[in-house]
Amino acid sequence: MSDGGALPTVADALALGLTRAEYELVCEKQERVPNQVELAMYSLLWSEHCAYKHSKKLLRTLPTEGEHVVMGPGENAGAVDVGGGLVCAFKVESHNHPSAVEPFQGAATGVGGILRDIFAVGARPIAVLDSLRFGEPAGGGDGRPAGRARYLLDGAVSGIGHYGNSIGVPTVGGEVYFEAPYEQSCLVNAMALGLAPRERLMRSAAAGPGNVLVLFGASTGRDGIGGASVLASAELTDEREGGADKRPTVQVGDPFEEKKLLECSLELLDRGLVVSLQDLGAAGLTSSASEMASKGEVGIDIDVARVPLREPGMEPFEVMVSESQERMLCVVEPANVAAVMELCEKWEVSGAAIGAVTDTHRMRVLRDGELVGDMPVRALVDDCPLYDLDPQKPSQQIYPAPAATLTPGATPRQTLLALLSSPNLASRRPLFEQYDSIVQSRTVRRPEQADAAVLLLPDGSALAVSIDGNGRRVAADPYRGTIAAVLECAANLACVGAGPLGTTNNLNFGNPEKAHIAWQLTEAVRGLGEACRALEAPIVGGNVSLYNEGASGPIYPTPVIGMVGRLPDARRAGRLGFVRPGDEIALVGPFEPSPAASELEKLRGEPLPDGLADIDIEAVRAAQIAVRDAVRAGMLSSAHDIAEGGLAVALAECCLEGGVGADIELVLTTGAGAGAALFGEGPGGFVVSGERDALRKLGETAAVQRLGTVGGQELTITVAGAGAGAGAGAGVEAGAGVGVEAEIGVEADGDADGDAAITISISLAELAGAHASLRELFS
Amino acid sequence: MKFGVLQFPGSCDEVDALGAARRVGDAELIWHGERDLKDAEAIVVPGGFSYGDYLRAGAIARFSPAMESVIAFANDGGLVLGICNGFQVLCEARLLPGALLANTNLRFTSRQVDLDVVRCDTAFTRACEPGRRLSIPAKHAWGRYYAEAESLAAMQDSGQVVLRYGPGENFNGSVGDIAGVCNERGNVFGLMPHPEHAVDELVGGSADGLEIFESMRLAVEGVRV
Repeated sequence: MSDGGALPTVADALALGLTRAEYELVCEKQERVPNQVELAMYSLLWSEHCAYKHSKKLLRTLPTEGEHVVMGPGENAGAVDVGGGLVCAFKVESHNHPSAVEPFQGAATGVGGILRDIFAVGARPIAVLDSLRFGEPAGGGDGRPAGRARYLLDGAVSGIGHYGNSIGVPTVGGEVYFEAPYEQSCLVNAMALGLAPRERLMRSAAAGPGNVLVLFGASTGRDGIGGASVLASAELTDEREGGADKRPTVQVGDPFEEKKLLECSLELLDRGLVVSLQDLGAAGLTSSASEMASKGEVGIDIDVARVPLREPGMEPFEVMVSESQERMLCVVEPANVAAVMELCEKWEVSGAAIGAVTDTHRMRVLRDGELVGDMPVRALVDDCPLYDLDPQKPSQQIYPAPAATLTPGATPRQTLLALLSSPNLASRRPLFEQYDSIVQSRTVRRPEQADAAVLLLPDGSALAVSIDGNGRRVAADPYRGTIAAVLECAANLACVGAGPLGTTNNLNFGNPEKAHIAWQLTEAVRGLGEACRALEAPIVGGNVSLYNEGASGPIYPTPVIGMVGRLPDARRAGRLGFVRPGDEIALVGPFEPSPAASELEKLRGEPLPDGLADIDIEAVRAAQIAVRDAVRAGMLSSAHDIAEGGLAVALAECCLEGGVGADIELVLTTGAGAGAALFGEGPGGFVVSGERDALRKLGETAAVQRLGTVGGQELTITVAGAGAGAGAGAGVEAGAGVGVEAEIGVEADGDADGDAAITISISLAELAGAHASLRELFS
Repeated sequence: MKFGVLQFPGSCDEVDALGAARRVGDAELIWHGERDLKDAEAIVVPGGFSYGDYLRAGAIARFSPAMESVIAFANDGGLVLGICNGFQVLCEARLLPGALLANTNLRFTSRQVDLDVVRCDTAFTRACEPGRRLSIPAKHAWGRYYAEAESLAAMQDSGQVVLRYGPGENFNGSVGDIAGVCNERGNVFGLMPHPEHAVDELVGGSADGLEIFESMRLAVEGVRV
């Protein structure tokens, strides 16, 4: 065999990201020193990104089976049965590190990558959602000048829109949070859903020695070489050093090429021309071919000289690890090769037979027939060592308190306006207006019309989908914060009348080799598993992104949860906005608002608490089912779950979306105080509106507290009851009631006497003005 | 009657247009490489990013074999509707006057807009009541209609301005709030908003766009207003 030049040394292995022990294990598996091609391939497949070596053991504890699951983790995307002979394939994936280096292309190729995962399993992509995290738009994160978060946000949103809009897949939902710990390490997670006839669902296992390996789509260049090992598994160093150096390793996307690739792939499957199909993502041909071989328990030969190249003089290892976008790999029976090539020609994508399936159980790389790399498939794909974590709860909160932006003496009125205009709660309209949310004529609920996106199915039923994950709450309590994130997703589905079918997740964390990060990860996965089990929403696929930290520390632990559900009648999909003047408004569910880790505490500059209150998952689930069933029965005019900013913000959102005011009288019963009641957060609460009888009926299956009526052009909230005015003045310890938190000091507008009622009255126009604050980020 | 809906590599809204057309008649896709218009009695050039919008939106599609046939069809008086990218293609093909420039905000923008029907007597708007205002989604990055003053005046005189954005709705900066124009003969019509996405209350926010397709059916079947 050609040695491909001088044999690499252990120093090269270390530079490629392998540890000394891993390098020795490679030598042992190879029964010799690996050459350049082999070392490059091992270093990628044994990277965190491909091998999940610090997370795989934890992920094995997650629930992956259920009555709706058609395909679980391990394939390009998981799939659930949605009835009518159709399955929905879906998955969320991160493109964090590339986006931190070049946000437009990083985000665009993130969308391109997740879309390929969907059509690789034979599903036509029908929707994209995104989950984004940046530093504070006003700056102040780590002493750097303001503007980086804004630059990243602008680039990422443009990139997502560029790819999704151009390829004709609607972007129907998403979320974005701004927090200082994401200043250096932004998060860009993209989720996609696709629909397929059940019998077209495709797996990626290669089969049939003698069958031909066809690479089709874009040609292969030097872009993204080493992306997976160099970018995805090392902490980003200072931007001025690392960022500039790493720019060439970010791939460049071409949605037009992918649109052709999509149509070509689906037509190949429709015509039954391929045995198996796999997209090329991180680690390019190396990962795709090896995984196809491993799953099919066969071998694969690839001749790099037959790979269409974008530039001359590429080394075999470069061809094998290139991350050029918009490429697919398929296994074809020899008799069908001509038909496959014909179809490629029709769609104007280039196709090339680059190798064959063998019975050798070896991954062999050739150049013009000459062997330049030869590895056991099992060693490459399955023998990467898996590591145990060494989790340890830190003795104190590792994240600094955020900078205060709200004075302690702010009135409830000022507080509500400040919350509505804060970057985490302000209207996302300036973002989602840059996305096509309606192409494919399936979107029953567009962004901001409901808590979840709703997509029409051919039989008149609908899919509902939501993506969520509040990292600050997870940082306060990784276990309960993750449960809350899962419950939030399910609550969003309930508000449109849907019950969960399955879940996908992206675990975004810092360096798992550090004990406190290992603890966050372990606790979060424990909460994720527990919540998904309780909700019967098994995990069908997902992704892990580790090492999201820089010199100023790790990101907030951020499990991003994507959940897909179904509702029987699309015409009854719920809305969040109040609709009919005269409707009654009620608070539904076992809602126990607490200021702990709330948006209000963030604005006040409070440090994160050490732990959140216990969550009664079953009680929350029962309330979700009650709301879901009421929406399905067409009993409610609106339903909205209470999330960041608490009850007052939820009410304001219902008014703004509906274009109508509300008159609310909140009677305090828990003794928790007006501040917590208005702005406290916690799972299990919904704001619903409807006719009096409908709400009374809902009261038979859930706790329902009447709040007021829909009408007028103002939101008026009066807080009455024992201690309504208590907490006037900053930091008064109320002590009573809910758990660990201290009372939020909110001052009554007028009389600050302890028993006085608080009244907030704000016109819709003023609420809308505050809510539109993100507009200026895009001006 | 039968609609033909063109399909280019990079078309995105062709299936939506096909579905909209099928609500009022038959419809079939026509592949960009084909010259045969399959006996279609009206043509829809759909939205999307034909040929990736490379070079300039619509600039490459205009030279496709199917478009050669469409140009001949239009010159024979056949009805041609261009939506969004299709409008750009028809301007590039000089079947319609003017051009589409980048939105003034320089961003892809997606919004439900109100459109005032300026003329209810064209082949594309005859199903609309006089004074009709249509609620239709628009979504594009290059939708700012532009024509030189002289040409605008001529269009005005010959009644070629068919749709205008309602008050406050012209987010792309189109000259004279122009949203849709026809040729002098009145058989070719282009607009940036997407009537094919407003044919069903459930997913379109309104069904107002159906009136455009219904108008075309009436015109083809010889129903006068």
